[in-house]
Amino acid sequence: MQSSFGSSVENPVVEQETRAAEELDLPWQVIVHNDPVNLMSYVTMVFQKVFGLTKEKAEKHMLEVHQLGRSILWSGMRERAELYVQQLHGYLLLATLERTN
Amino acid sequence: MEFRRQKDCLEISELDPFLAELLRQIPESCNVEGVEGAQERIFSAPAATSESEICAEWKVYVEPELRRLFRSATETVTADLAQLNGCTKPFANCTLRIPAENAEAWLNALNQARLAIAAKYNFTDGELCDHYRSPIGSRRDLGLFQVNFYGFLQEFILQEMTL
Repeated sequence: MQSSFGSSVENPVVEQETRAAEELDLPWQVIVHNDPVNLMSYVTMVFQKVFGLTKEKAEKHMLEVHQLGRSILWSGMRERAELYVQQLHGYLLLATLERTN
Repeated sequence: MEFRRQKDCLEISELDPFLAELLRQIPESCNVEGVEGAQERIFSAPAATSESEICAEWKVYVEPELRRLFRSATETVTADLAQLNGCTKPFANCTLRIPAENAEAWLNALNQARLAIAAKYNFTDGELCDHYRSPIGSRRDLGLFQVNFYGFLQEFILQEMTL
């Protein structure tokens, strides 16, 4: 008779599921990229609305996007990061989600 | 042209026929069907191409939602622009009133139009920053003027929204 412990360790399906769960737990980043068309005031307003930032903090991120080409606006679970990126695309900002190294 | 905030609306008065015509062109400018560069910009990728699963799911589930959102904003603007058809004399200045609750839809549609025109004509950063460009001599110049005029209108709406 096989022990239940032994069978679960050797079962490849269980291992695949575990890996997928671990991948989902990895932190993700929401990144906004520079765009020469979007107005600085518009980008600031979007950051305030989507992330609930103060005007000062939103302007800091906006300037980072403008001067450095990108800014990390948020990091955390993938599902929420996807939602933020969707909202940013709704405002027509160039936004992506990336895995945190 | 004069901008002012009225009780429940943003009013643009003394609109000359040329600027009124540019406003009428907002909905048409938002249409990116068949304009490859504009389609790519308006519906940009949510992640690097190596994240193929995310990009594929996005196309199926999120892009249709974004299309609906953008279409809804454009329809709101189209309905507000119907006021401009009330100008009885052919070369008379007219007035446009944007209801305050439609301000977000206007910001969205103006942004769609600006991004689509900029992608269509592939304007450089230098061109986009040159607000003192020489008079309009081509369809491309007119496109750049449209991008700047719509941006000016966005600034006015944003300013009034935050007051």
